[in-house]
Amino acid sequence: MRPARKSNRRTRPGHPKLHSGEIPGLAGGWNSIAAGLCCVKRLRVLQVLDVSKSFPGIRALDRVRLDVSDGTVHALVGENGAGKSTLMKIVAGLIRPDEGELLFKGQRFRPRNPHDALKAGIAMIPQELMPFRELTVAENIFVGHEPILRLGWLDKKKMQREAARLLGQVGVAIPPTARMKDLTVAQMQVVEIAKALAHNADLLIMDEPTSAISEREVETLFSIIGDLKRRGVSVIYVSHRLDEIFRISDAVTVLRDGQHVATRPITDIDRNTLITLMVGRDIEETAGPSATATGEVALELRGLTKRGKFTGVDLTLRQGEIVGLAGLMGAGRTELAEVIFGLVRSDGGEVRVHGRAVKIESPGDAIAHGIGMVTEDRHKFGLVPVMSVKHNITLADLPGWWINRRAENAMADEQLRAYSIKVRDRNQIAGTLSGGNQQKVVLAKTLLPRPSILILDEPTRGIDIGSKAEMHAFVRKLAREGMAVLLISSELPELLCLSTRLLVMRQGRISAELDPRSVTQETVLRHAMPKER
Amino acid sequence: MKTWLSRFGLVIALLCIGTALSIVKPVFLTFPNLLNVVRQISINGILAVGVTYVLLTGGVDLSLGSVVALSGVVAAGFAHPGDWPVIVPVAAGVLVGAACGGINGLVVTKGRVAPFIVTLGMMTAARGVALVVSGGKPVSNLGESFRWIGSGAVPVIVFLAVSCVSWVVLSNLRLGRHLYAVGGNENAARASGINVEGVKLFAYTICGALAGLGGVVLAARITTGQPNAGVGYELDAIAAVVIGGTSLSGGVGGVGGTILGALLMGVINNGLDLLNVSSYYQAIVKGIIIVGAVWLNQRKEKS
Repeated sequence: MRPARKSNRRTRPGHPKLHSGEIPGLAGGWNSIAAGLCCVKRLRVLQVLDVSKSFPGIRALDRVRLDVSDGTVHALVGENGAGKSTLMKIVAGLIRPDEGELLFKGQRFRPRNPHDALKAGIAMIPQELMPFRELTVAENIFVGHEPILRLGWLDKKKMQREAARLLGQVGVAIPPTARMKDLTVAQMQVVEIAKALAHNADLLIMDEPTSAISEREVETLFSIIGDLKRRGVSVIYVSHRLDEIFRISDAVTVLRDGQHVATRPITDIDRNTLITLMVGRDIEETAGPSATATGEVALELRGLTKRGKFTGVDLTLRQGEIVGLAGLMGAGRTELAEVIFGLVRSDGGEVRVHGRAVKIESPGDAIAHGIGMVTEDRHKFGLVPVMSVKHNITLADLPGWWINRRAENAMADEQLRAYSIKVRDRNQIAGTLSGGNQQKVVLAKTLLPRPSILILDEPTRGIDIGSKAEMHAFVRKLAREGMAVLLISSELPELLCLSTRLLVMRQGRISAELDPRSVTQETVLRHAMPKER
Repeated sequence: MKTWLSRFGLVIALLCIGTALSIVKPVFLTFPNLLNVVRQISINGILAVGVTYVLLTGGVDLSLGSVVALSGVVAAGFAHPGDWPVIVPVAAGVLVGAACGGINGLVVTKGRVAPFIVTLGMMTAARGVALVVSGGKPVSNLGESFRWIGSGAVPVIVFLAVSCVSWVVLSNLRLGRHLYAVGGNENAARASGINVEGVKLFAYTICGALAGLGGVVLAARITTGQPNAGVGYELDAIAAVVIGGTSLSGGVGGVGGTILGALLMGVINNGLDLLNVSSYYQAIVKGIIIVGAVWLNQRKEKS
């Protein structure tokens, strides 16, 4: 049995408050440097020292550094795929780094799981909250460290009393006995914060906390964050909303392509500099956009709407054109593609294919109208991992009701050659391929029915650089051969080098049409950033 | 590759057990005894082949036993001497089964209720209907031509025919491929233009129809339509399928494995009978075999 934990903050044994400039657990050389820094600045609650992390095919973090001072709000910004999430997952104990070290309150910190991190005092509030919806607020706050009486009986009274006290500290009146499922997203966030307080967290990670809550709730959240700061709790604040970052953070760190770009006090930086730092890189790809094609109109959207996702989208896509669709996560790009392809029904508006209004109610309809789509989530929508490569490739285009094995083998082999997919043989199980090859299998499958319109949603996410270049070459070649391509990507350089036209989506609407040959990444990002609240 | 390996393992297991049995009890290897084995497994085999379709899509059907009873009773009702030509009771039994399966499929796909629940409901309801139609009493006095279906090697031939057709459907028809795709990744199947609902409906309907056929064969064999027949048959059928290497989560497996699974269960039953092991102990052995076979399969897949 575990004794109920005392809740006197910041004086836990084994975690003495550091007042001198000395940081235990550090080698002498570091100590003197740290001591020097500490004299001028505040103590570091968290130091990330040259942390690297690779996933198959990509280097998500490359010797990243991050210093978070005691009792400050530290913003972490970067484009999608810059490595913010990976870094935060490492700090919160969800994944382990390949190289490098974390120091938490001056001590070496190697969380093996989120529970370790929580016990040490690091709590993460993810973008998608995952509460126990059927349990009460109090039960959610104390899940995993419930106060218990003898024989393992739950001390419900104490739980509710403590929950009420913690919620009081946060300054929000939520009854501890309410069911979690009856709360708003903002209230659930507050419960998560109370849960962090229950663990005496010294560091709170918030990932896009304002993406799903209203303006008034944002104000409440900010006052809570201010309050936490005064208590000495540090916050790492991950957000795309620059205005928020300038409002509440003390310092900002920019990541780009898995590398640390800059860390500045928020007072030393302005909005445009920050955007430039986020985008930063030059476009490496030499080949620019292919020549402007003026083929027939292949796909036309008129006022297409999906409630809560996007509104009144008009779009024209011609044969031979690559139309890039830029925007931040949650801007409605994927949802738009899913509606066009029939994975999701629309709530209004019109889709015209080759000039004829069509009704697309399922991907089967879409494929019949000559639309193909490579979805963002390869594992969910792309591949049948337990089937062979051959069966995956021919899945969308088995001619006739009887399978002609010889013809099927020939079709599969042709696609394997055409897209240079590396397999042992065509009967290899698709789930055992590398990410890049899996993606090429999905592309080969999508193109086998010979669509005239191709939607690509993040076609190069999570695949290695070599496969990425091949993918780019395929897309260009397809467009030259007359394919109408709608390309969704979170990588601006990819969009700028491939697209013949560039559309930007912001909060469910198309906010700009730009010429990818003359536009800068800064301009694109400015059109993509949510408007000031 | 993996499925071949697991099937190969099953063949080896069958050969080992067969050899051991024929040494200890030479009577095992005689023609009458072997015919007896396949006769005994034929009904379970027909049901198992049917439920293979459903398990491949990632579903489950618990209503088989009750459907067997219902279709047996209905078929027997049309099978009194001089009533109808034999095709009528057979068709009636199969159609009743197909209807039960079709209802299962519709509720699973349109109603989006979990297959476990839907078929659990059908298990109870179909049993009830069987009792209502028969008035709770066995339907006997069946014509000779109907009884012929359950005699001699006829059930075995029916089982073999069902297996062959299903093997062709699953390995050579587009529909069969779609079954695997739906079970392997339903979302990807839909995104590939496959009519997922239609495929599932087909699987449940075929499964029900084959359960109906199993009910007809059983009624012919015991020469009565028994409203209380078939209790627990669904679990034996599912056991044969999973022993045969079909994954309960769908997408992997096939009829070949199912036949071997049913055969293995039959041989072990027969062996234990020959060795005079009491049926109480046989149940224990059967339980261990089911879990053991699946455990071995999974180990092989991991390595």
